[in-house]
Formats: sequence, C-alpha cells, structure tokens
Amino acid sequence: MSHDHGAMTKSPSDSMEAFFGGLWKQNPVFVQVLGLCPTMAITNSVRNALAMGIATLFVLVCSNALIAMVRKIIPKQVRIATFILIIATFVTIVDYMIKAVSIPVYKALGPFIALIVVNCIILGRAEAFASKNGVFKSILDGLGMGIGFFIALLCLGGVREVLGAGTFLGFPLFGSHYQPWVLFLLPSGGFFTLGSWLLIFRWWKERGKGKLAPGADEADKAVEVHA
Amino acid sequence: MNEVSLGYIFIDSLLINNFVLSVFLGICPFIGVSGKITTAWRMGVAVIFVITVSSVLAFGTNVLLMHFHAEYLRIISFIVIIASTVQLVEMFIKKTSPALFRALGIYLPLITTNCAVLGVALFQTAREYSLVQSVVFAVASSAGFALALFLMAVIRERLELSDIPDMVKGTALVLMLAGTLSLAFMGFAGIGGGS
Repeated sequence: MSHDHGAMTKSPSDSMEAFFGGLWKQNPVFVQVLGLCPTMAITNSVRNALAMGIATLFVLVCSNALIAMVRKIIPKQVRIATFILIIATFVTIVDYMIKAVSIPVYKALGPFIALIVVNCIILGRAEAFASKNGVFKSILDGLGMGIGFFIALLCLGGVREVLGAGTFLGFPLFGSHYQPWVLFLLPSGGFFTLGSWLLIFRWWKERGKGKLAPGADEADKAVEVHA
Repeated sequence: MNEVSLGYIFIDSLLINNFVLSVFLGICPFIGVSGKITTAWRMGVAVIFVITVSSVLAFGTNVLLMHFHAEYLRIISFIVIIASTVQLVEMFIKKTSPALFRALGIYLPLITTNCAVLGVALFQTAREYSLVQSVVFAVASSAGFALALFLMAVIRERLELSDIPDMVKGTALVLMLAGTLSLAFMGFAGIGGGS
C-alpha cells in the first residue's frame, strides 16, 4: 500500500482525473452508455432516482475499495467471479438497508435493487480501474462514477416527473390546470427521454464544429461494441 | 403460492409486460446486438435456453434457502447459479453441436451480464410462482426478449438504407425506435383476461 500512496502523492492531478472523469468526460450513462436498465426503469419519479443513485454510489465505492485492497491476492483466472461475489455482498447489504429505512421506496424499486449486481458500470469499474489501481484512487474513481450516474438519474427523473406528473419530489409545480403528460411516466417515456438527452449531449459536443467529424460513425460503432 | 393461470402468465410476460420494452431488462444486449437479423436471432435463442435452465435451478435453490432460513443469501446464490449455468450451457452446446457453438460465438459468455436472466430468477421468487409457473414465465419472458430483439434488428437493417441525419445516428436513434415499439406494445394491454 505504501507504494500506492507514494504514487498518489506524486501526481495529485491523477487522482483528480479519476474523480472528475466520471462526472462529465466519462459519464457512465451519457458518454459510455452503460447501466441503461436501471436508468430508465426507476426514473419515473425523482424520489426513486435519488434512492437508486445513492444505493449504486454506495455499492460502487465499497466494491471498488475492497477490490483494490485484495487485487493482488486474487488469481487472474477467477477474478471476474470474485468481483461479482464482492459486488453481490454489498448489494445484499444495500437491499436490507433500504428495507429498514423506507418500505415505500423498497416497494417502488422492487427487484431493481438486487439488479444492481448486474449493473455493468460496477463490474466495468472493478475490471477497468479497481483491479489495477490503489485503494485511495479506486475510491475516488467510484465516487466520481457514482455521482456521474446519480446526476444522470436525476436528469431523467426530473424531466419525467415534471412533465409526466407536473410535480417535483411530490410538490405540484404548475397549479391545478396542468394536464399531466402521462406518456413520460410510461416505459416509452423512458426511452424517449434518454434518447433526447443523448441527442442533446451529442449536439453539445459537436456544436461549433459546423459539421460532424468524419470519424463520428466509427465512434458510434465503438460504443455499440462496448455495450 | 400464486394462483395466476399459465396462459395469462405466458401472454403477460411475452407481450404486455415485455421484458425489454416495458420492464427495462436486458437493454444492453438489446442495443448492442440488434444491428443484424442473424446475430439477433442467435442471441435470442441462446438467451431463451439460458433463462429457462437457470430459472429451474433458481427455483430449486430458493426452496433450499427457504428450508434453511437463509434468504439473505438469495442474490449471491442466484448470481453464482447464472454464471455457472452459462458455463454449463456453453460446454453442453460445444459437445452436442459444434456448429451451433460456432454460430453463437461471443454471445454465450455475454449472457451472464444480461440482467434479464437475474430478473427472471428474482421476479419468479417475488411472485411466489410454482415450478410449472416459473418455467412458463421463463420461456415466455425470454421469448419476449428475443421478439423485441428481432423486431429491432429488422427495423435497423431497413434503416441502413435510408437517409438519416448524422447527428441522430447511433444509440439515440435506437432508443427513439425502442420508445415507439414500446408504445405499440402498449396496445396489447388488456388481452389475456387479467388475473
């Protein structure tokens, strides 16, 4: 561990990179297009999105930390199985914690809490980052990615609840004359909202270039292979 | 014990509550492998196979866990079952039909990370289905996954030939199409007679 610590103090910008990368440049949902199932399934209200975001953040940080600690004693052949077992353990903890804190949230999220196990963001970070880096950096990476995921969930949950129910966290926004746009609470609304956000991000990245770069198609194919 | 009829479970999980289009399970492979009809077809068959086998195994494990009052081990044991089922199916297909094995290729190991597989195991436990109900549920919901994958692949092969703005190409377009498909599938709501 002392070696990792040395590496960490040598380049503080590296650690910052690990943290801030997940927030924007490597945002797990909008840029890497990972973990779409929970992103669309539970974002029909801001409250559910908050709970899911916090639960995933917790699992991501804890599993990243533990995997970084034991990474040198795991045999290479069984590492993926070990990662999944570690992740499943933390997900079980979260499952029971949410049940203890709030039964309505537990009922609303349903099996999607248990399904955090197969959220590809978590296994992806374990394999791509925590298995190669020190504990401190892995925790920062988990925090960055988790908060990035959290922001993405809020973006979707906000749009869907405001348009679909006319409320935000349960508070009515538009008065009694607002006709709720129920489509956004339905499953198809999830697809449409995420599709629109991806389009907005695409436009944000390409704005000012006048025209899409010729390599844009290749980038898309890379994303598809990754997914 | 859940008293829902088998026919209702079948229609409900195949069409009304389609796993991809209305429950949001298995979105990653749905977007990743729906580019071509042939690959979509093979992936669909492999998923039906794995989900059915793992559903039976998960049912047995759940009975065992309930007997020992160890429900807190559910998530861990389900994920271990799924990973080993995928491995088992891979070995089985390799022995019995090398041609099919070559055709499925990379798609077999990818199924471990398909959340629809764990989803079936969790849903059948939460709804307290019997063994027969679980099998019907597993076959129908995985067939629903294959159906959605196949439909999307057909649409995307057609789109290859049409003139789409560069900005929209890629994942955003697939999501918009999936939203439209999901709207269409909402039309199935109500058939099957309710529970």
